[in-house]
Amino acid sequence: MDIDKANQTAAERMMESRPMLRGVAPAKDVIPGMDGRLLLHAGPPIAWDRMSGPLRGAIIGALIFEGLAKDDVSASALAASGEIRFEPCHHHGAAGPMAGVISASMMVYVLEDVTHDRKTFSNLNEGYGKVLRYGAYSDEVLQRLRWMNETLGPAIDAALAGTDGLDMRATIAEALHMGDEGHNRNKAGSLLFLRFLAPRVAAAKLPEATKTEILQFIGDNPLSILNPVMAACKAMTAAGHGVEGSTVVTTLARNGTDFGIRVSGLGDRWFTAPAAVPVGLYFPGFTEADANPDIGDSAITETAGIGGFAMATAPAIVTFVGGSPADAMNATLEMYEITVAEHKIFNMPPLDFRGTPTGIDIRKVVELGTTPRINTGIAHREPGVGQVGAGLVRPPMAIFEEALVAFAEKYGMAE
Amino acid sequence: MSVTLSQVRKGAYYDSVVLMQLQRALLALPGISDAGAVMATPVNLELLEASELRPGEQPGPDDLLIVVRADDQEAAQNALAQVDELLSRRRTAPQGTFRPKSLEAAVRQLPDAAWVLVSVPGRFAAGVAQEALRLGKNVFLYSDNVSVQDEVDLKRRAADLGRLIMGPDCGTAIIGGVGFGFANRVRRGPIGLVGASGTGLQAVTSSIDTLGSGISQAIGTGGRDLHTEIAAGTTLQAIDLLRRDPDTRVIVIVSKPPSPEVVGPVVAAAMATGKPTVVNLIGLPAGGHVRNLHFAATLEDAAALAVRLSEDPPTLEPAQVASGGRRFLRGLFSGGTLAYETVLRLQYVLQPLFSNVAIHPWQALTDPLRSQAHTVLDLGADTFTVGRLHPMMDNDLRVRRLRQEAEDPETSVILLDLVLGEGAHPDPASELAPAIRQAGGHGIQTVVAVIGTESDPQTLAEQVATLERSGATVKIGLEAALETVVAALPLEARSIPVEVPLSVLDETPATINVGLEGFAESLAAQNAHVVHVDWRPPAGGDERLMGILARMKGTQG
Repeated sequence: MDIDKANQTAAERMMESRPMLRGVAPAKDVIPGMDGRLLLHAGPPIAWDRMSGPLRGAIIGALIFEGLAKDDVSASALAASGEIRFEPCHHHGAAGPMAGVISASMMVYVLEDVTHDRKTFSNLNEGYGKVLRYGAYSDEVLQRLRWMNETLGPAIDAALAGTDGLDMRATIAEALHMGDEGHNRNKAGSLLFLRFLAPRVAAAKLPEATKTEILQFIGDNPLSILNPVMAACKAMTAAGHGVEGSTVVTTLARNGTDFGIRVSGLGDRWFTAPAAVPVGLYFPGFTEADANPDIGDSAITETAGIGGFAMATAPAIVTFVGGSPADAMNATLEMYEITVAEHKIFNMPPLDFRGTPTGIDIRKVVELGTTPRINTGIAHREPGVGQVGAGLVRPPMAIFEEALVAFAEKYGMAE
Repeated sequence: MSVTLSQVRKGAYYDSVVLMQLQRALLALPGISDAGAVMATPVNLELLEASELRPGEQPGPDDLLIVVRADDQEAAQNALAQVDELLSRRRTAPQGTFRPKSLEAAVRQLPDAAWVLVSVPGRFAAGVAQEALRLGKNVFLYSDNVSVQDEVDLKRRAADLGRLIMGPDCGTAIIGGVGFGFANRVRRGPIGLVGASGTGLQAVTSSIDTLGSGISQAIGTGGRDLHTEIAAGTTLQAIDLLRRDPDTRVIVIVSKPPSPEVVGPVVAAAMATGKPTVVNLIGLPAGGHVRNLHFAATLEDAAALAVRLSEDPPTLEPAQVASGGRRFLRGLFSGGTLAYETVLRLQYVLQPLFSNVAIHPWQALTDPLRSQAHTVLDLGADTFTVGRLHPMMDNDLRVRRLRQEAEDPETSVILLDLVLGEGAHPDPASELAPAIRQAGGHGIQTVVAVIGTESDPQTLAEQVATLERSGATVKIGLEAALETVVAALPLEARSIPVEVPLSVLDETPATINVGLEGFAESLAAQNAHVVHVDWRPPAGGDERLMGILARMKGTQG
């Protein structure tokens, strides 16, 4: 068996994936297996009793949003009752930032990988502040969600309807040239998104005030494009998954309690261990004591070769990695050591347009003792408070070692 | 009672990470209990409100808002006064170049590197060297405690790939003017060396420098390269490299006592270079020279001889190259000691060589009546003289064997001795002449070593004249005859399966250093491009995981 060759195949498939943002639709209409009693969440599988604060808060918010509960007490009781199923977004072709909770009637972005004929999904981004993805479920939060569902989502869908869709791979590549790394910094990409949507929204048959509201919302949110980027990365990594004999990581995800990975050549098995608290910078009034362990599917960006792996191209946020551009450069150079390819489409001007490090190889991670670096937002440990900072996190080494041993056992290399 | 002070800067945009950093710096100042530095967006103002830092004034979203809470007014004012300095403070982290942890990353950083220096602990060394080969690199393997089997595997793979493994346990080398490991600083010059590489190479290179000459290359092979198992894998490649290296005009080969069966191929390769070559293999009979080979007794002799040869190069007839056909010597001696001396002198030069007076077991002739490859026969041995006179008196046996060899299509040169004196045959030359003439008819050259004096009853001059008329080349004494024989024999066509590209010897090579950091510093001091690998034991030294990784790489099991 040629592991290197299998890994090249997995990386090629990831890079050849071309996800087009096609539209916005209710989750229950487009996500396979979605129903009214199912809630999707970020990270590896987890039961209610082990969920962290932010994830519980988001679950409560989603149940109220769906009309299945009237307040947090009844929502918690319902969630604990066993009548609601919880499954990872990753089991349904989706990826969601932070808590990543998607319920049946929530509007989701629909992407189509035209190379591999696969659909992937993500929810709509609510912006900063008190938001569901950080476990907030106040009336204000739910009101915004309803507006997004009823006004924003359909407007974006209508804007996309007359087009071939937005080529997410090309958009990410362009944003990388504009100082985004695609995970913690999506300012440029979000403006590119706005540029695409603005004329189409302007031409729509909607009240002027609604158009203004929509464009204002998208333009004000430097994370507008994060969710489509994550769904695009999900399409790419899904394309690289399931290559026999490949040691490339195709999922890195956290649910606020556990960090989980999946490996291309190891089927749908998760390898999990307790998630760490990110090391980072905190918003005014918050410290590490307020932080929840790492949460969210957004590490799908690093899995696809951007985010923390593309730090060299995002000098504006070098503070996360030590403060100097050289540190950012070294962050990317370090990731070349544990990856199998340099991206053909995503490249970085500061590294002389070298392709981003793509395709994490569990062999290299274990051999060198170097885990992937993930740029991430930091959630407050209590539901409803929101984001308290941003920083850097690394997955526990144990899950890579466990995956390596499992790989050796599956492919007869254990002894 | 704490004091909260704020400052607004209209339209001053800063990225949030810069502001978070500012905030952290403010918090670190004396007397500051809390701080906030934000663009005054509604969301941020709310955040400040939550920590009771929101000021009374109402800045806009494009404004920078800085708030500090301090123990007293002075501390708060002092903190706000430092904002500009804190904002403009640059980290003084050195623009340090990236230090890769893996060889692979180092190669990507310095793709032109031809050499990888490996000085990690022995149990990891073979793995690193294998990785270097996989990446197409040549290896200077300083590490010791590498198993023989690992060395065999490494050198076989290197031979297949046309790559060089200097080592293991290779302490020194000089490549393209750059010293690896413990090299002495010696001037450049025309003399190229191959050696086990330790003090031997250092002694010879230093002597050469002292004598005013210099070094083109000094290639280390590792202490076991001339052992039977390793079979001179690196030495043969190194000799072939020096053959092709235009900067090398004289070659020196130095080694600790070699395994006897390995010497032959080494000497043959040295002969094939056609360049004056000084051979100093400890334990090998020293002195004299055959063709381009000069045997030296000591390391200093080797240096002196090399310098002399480089200053006054002897002219060498280019050797013919044989592949099949007439290429072997057949020595038919009447004198046992002369036969033995011939085996002793030629055993490493002519390979394979068989004899009924074998020095090593593998030289024993299967059937004394039939020659194989190079054969040296003592026809005075008991097996031949049963029931007949000694060949010094009766030429019949030699003449018959001479005719037999003349009819052998593989015979190239026949060597005879002709021992004159009291009691010997009265005119041996005349008896041998017809058979010599017959051999000459087949294109076989006969060389005769005559032992005798002008006073001998057979008359030396007449014997010589008779032999020369038959077409033989006649030399007085064995030494001169042997030299003629070696010069007359065609060289065996020899080739390295895959040539090591000459570019490995390029001037000031780029290198990757794995292990002792001092080696990297030394290379940098010699102006060589070097990337140092921040090496650690794979998988933190976990044996089980290391085993799995090795199996997954296909380098083990």
